[in-house]
Amino acid sequence: MMLDALALPLAGVAVLAALASAAVSPAAARWPRVLSWLSFPLLGVCALAALGAGIDALWFGGMHHALLPLGLPWLPWQVQVDPLAGVFLLILGAVLLAVAVYGPGYAREFRNGRDSLAALGVFTALFVVGMLGVLLAADAFLFMVAWELMSLASYFLVAFQHEQAEHRHAAFLYLLLAHVAGLAILLAFGVLAAASGSFSFAVMRAAHPDALWAAVAFALALIGFGTKAGLAPLHVWLPEAHPAAPSHISALMSAVMLKVALYGFLRVVFDLLGPPQWGFGVTLVLVGGATAVLGVLFALQQTDLKRLLAYSSIENLGIIFLALGLAQIFQAAGHPALAALALVAALYQALNHALLKGLLFLGAGAVLHGAHERSLDHLGGLLRRMPRTGWFFLIGCLGMAAVPPLNGFVSEWLTFQAALQAWQLHDSLLRILVPLAAAALALTAALGAAVFVRAFGTAFLGRARSRQARRAHEVGRGMLAGQALLILGIAITALLPGPVLGLLARAATQLTGATVAGDGWLWLTPISPSAASYSPLPILAVLLIVGALGVALLRPRRRAAVRRTVPWDCGFAPPTPRMQYSAAGFAQPQRRVFAPLYALHEQVTPGRYELAVGDRAWRRLYLPLGALTERAADLARRMQAGHVRRYLAWSLITLLVLLWIVS
Amino acid sequence: MDRVLTLTAALLQPLLLLAAAPLLVAWVRRVKARLQNRRGAPLLTPYRELRKLLGKEAVVARTASPLFRIAPYVVFAATLLAAAALPVLSTLLPGARVADAIALIGLLGLARIMLTLAGLDAGTPFGGMGASREMLVTTFAEPALLLVVFTLAMTTHTTNLASMAASTLAGDSVLRPSYMFALAALLLVGVAECGRIPVDNPSTHLELTMIHEGMLLEYSGRHLALMEWAAQLKLALFAVLTVDLFLPWGLATRLTPLTLLGALAALALKLAALGALLAVSETVLAKMRLFRVPGFLAMAFLLALLGLFAHVILESAL
Repeated sequence: MMLDALALPLAGVAVLAALASAAVSPAAARWPRVLSWLSFPLLGVCALAALGAGIDALWFGGMHHALLPLGLPWLPWQVQVDPLAGVFLLILGAVLLAVAVYGPGYAREFRNGRDSLAALGVFTALFVVGMLGVLLAADAFLFMVAWELMSLASYFLVAFQHEQAEHRHAAFLYLLLAHVAGLAILLAFGVLAAASGSFSFAVMRAAHPDALWAAVAFALALIGFGTKAGLAPLHVWLPEAHPAAPSHISALMSAVMLKVALYGFLRVVFDLLGPPQWGFGVTLVLVGGATAVLGVLFALQQTDLKRLLAYSSIENLGIIFLALGLAQIFQAAGHPALAALALVAALYQALNHALLKGLLFLGAGAVLHGAHERSLDHLGGLLRRMPRTGWFFLIGCLGMAAVPPLNGFVSEWLTFQAALQAWQLHDSLLRILVPLAAAALALTAALGAAVFVRAFGTAFLGRARSRQARRAHEVGRGMLAGQALLILGIAITALLPGPVLGLLARAATQLTGATVAGDGWLWLTPISPSAASYSPLPILAVLLIVGALGVALLRPRRRAAVRRTVPWDCGFAPPTPRMQYSAAGFAQPQRRVFAPLYALHEQVTPGRYELAVGDRAWRRLYLPLGALTERAADLARRMQAGHVRRYLAWSLITLLVLLWIVS
Repeated sequence: MDRVLTLTAALLQPLLLLAAAPLLVAWVRRVKARLQNRRGAPLLTPYRELRKLLGKEAVVARTASPLFRIAPYVVFAATLLAAAALPVLSTLLPGARVADAIALIGLLGLARIMLTLAGLDAGTPFGGMGASREMLVTTFAEPALLLVVFTLAMTTHTTNLASMAASTLAGDSVLRPSYMFALAALLLVGVAECGRIPVDNPSTHLELTMIHEGMLLEYSGRHLALMEWAAQLKLALFAVLTVDLFLPWGLATRLTPLTLLGALAALALKLAALGALLAVSETVLAKMRLFRVPGFLAMAFLLALLGLFAHVILESAL
């Protein structure tokens, strides 16, 4: 059959559909229905095609390559689909499909506002085109063009509701750091191109820069892609920008764009850069571990639901990079099978995070839509007013808290299993580092559970803390269907880890040359059946059976199942909603324990308590950098006196110096 | 035939633990009473309490959502499932393949998340207080527990609890520095996780000191019975986990009536000793202030980490 040759045409269809969506969207300015009836459905087509291309590439494991009649005359654009790109096409397709179903209902909100629907449609589509382009590019030129398209389009989406000053501020910060990232990536490709003499990935892969230049390229790639992926301390734009965008865009940014950055890093460091080095691995483990712990600690202190989710994305990307570090260490130490396991763990985590965070951002959008409020301290009791969104959100929270039988646990388990193979390493420093990484991961997992208990508990349980929350209503069918699609993906990745692992292993094989053993569709035994095994389906079955038995046996037969009355609360006066634990109060113990890591501003005045939890990275890194830039600008201003004579003199001096250098 | 026998044994072991769990609690109470020069309640009291609660009407707060009524079943089922991954009498345990030690900790995590969510559900201040504090305890206790398991997994090269116990039975020495650190950490974690003195007091009804009780405050009838039973099972589970990891002698490696009987006797003896130890420590120690608890648990975390380091530095000869 020719099925395995379908990947590239399908990817082409995806790009064309997204371009078509961008082309029709300007009409939404006049006819708002265009957005619901054309723009989003075209994105849905794009998503299905990308999903098909990704699964095709992973299923057959084929490498497809083509030259496009586009680009510069001597530098035609090259595209490719291979298993590594397939994983990320799959992620993009799955989340985009849900967003395409969810979007029309959510965008209806903007119809009566002053925000331009045309801009929303055009930039969403261009954003998708950019991400697809990054995944498909097979040369550095097309890669950078697509990367910048992705960055710029998403800038306009962050700035979509630009009447609010904080959104403008977030968008500017995002643009600034996106440029820094783009510059670093460009330079990383410059190093690779210098070593190979070509912009084509195929040539770069064959040539290897020497150790020093490889380290430079690694550092540049880490800064460039790490900024986009939100690694500490380059993460500061992320919690500002992701919440500022409309919720379905937040879902795309958190669930997909961060993964595209991850893809770029994998492509450059694991595919193009040449032989792995343990130093790279150690760096990744340290950066990833620090990012994960800091991300989750800050997520725990957020009272804005979308900011909380954004910080949790930082945490997850930290975990993924930590697993990548393990893969690099194992590969450098000559254990390709273990490297493949760590890599599969990272990819599994990426897939899980995309599905879960996509779902949670769509859920946060539904909350925003239904209750017009995203501060946890003003929400409460939504599970009874928005039951479907609420139960979906609970599944997302349990998944993020990494408990069996959900999918978050599968990737966490795989990462732990990879870390537990540290005894096979010879270097004793690494043998200490790897378990330490596992400890950081364990701490992150426990704190992550607290983050999502707090988020769900204050927003959806208890009693409404504001009038908006009391009047919240369930969202429409389309928005629920979008969330349900992601639930389907979560069910597959949670309950059938064997087949999913089999697909992801293709990409790991491409990068490491080793395979990850599976054991049928029911069991997950990545090392050996006797060493470790996990099977979620029996766990779910037993949970359901025991639960059903309990209900059947214990339900009273002669009287009503339960009697409803006022809360007991130790017999005190009936509690009011304001007496509930607030989100800020819930996390107070951890705030006290980890106080040195936060920049806390607490102020108590009679009858009032104000709390601001700031990021230390601001004061330590960004404000000094900003001051430095301003001082440099001051110096440069001295040259700008406004006299033509002086400018001519500067030009002449520059010319002379250049001539001197050339001669 | 062997398969059927193994499966039956695997099904019966968690049920045996479930049935014995209230007895362990009663035993601890009895020893504690004796140490305080009281006679103490009969050993069957916890069973009578459960029967009484199961027969009573369940009262649910009007402010509670459906999650409140689902939570007890999930907590109970998840704890029971965690117990199924634990070799109680025999190391021939198919359940340990379904869920290894990491999954066991994950299942306990699922139970805890549902418990804390239920605490927040009625919208009462004490429920929220208990939930918030429980999350503080678990912030340190869960990673410490994972590290204990990692230390042992590094030695035995498996995370399957049955294989771990079997490997120790087959002659791996437990008299290693890493095991000593891990044991100390596990004891501290067990005390915290099961809500015992000095972290939490299971018999307190002084509102400001409650953790576990605070979350259960709104429960009654069969819901409360399930929650209480799950908590008792958790205590038994931690006791058996300690025994399995560090003192597995007596566990049956073959399924014959004689070995099983021997295993039962050995288990009863070991659990009685552990229970007595808990009673003594609860009598000697006073409950800590809440903000001393992180220090206590950080100590457990550090001990577990030291165990891991001790393993890597001192013991792993390649």
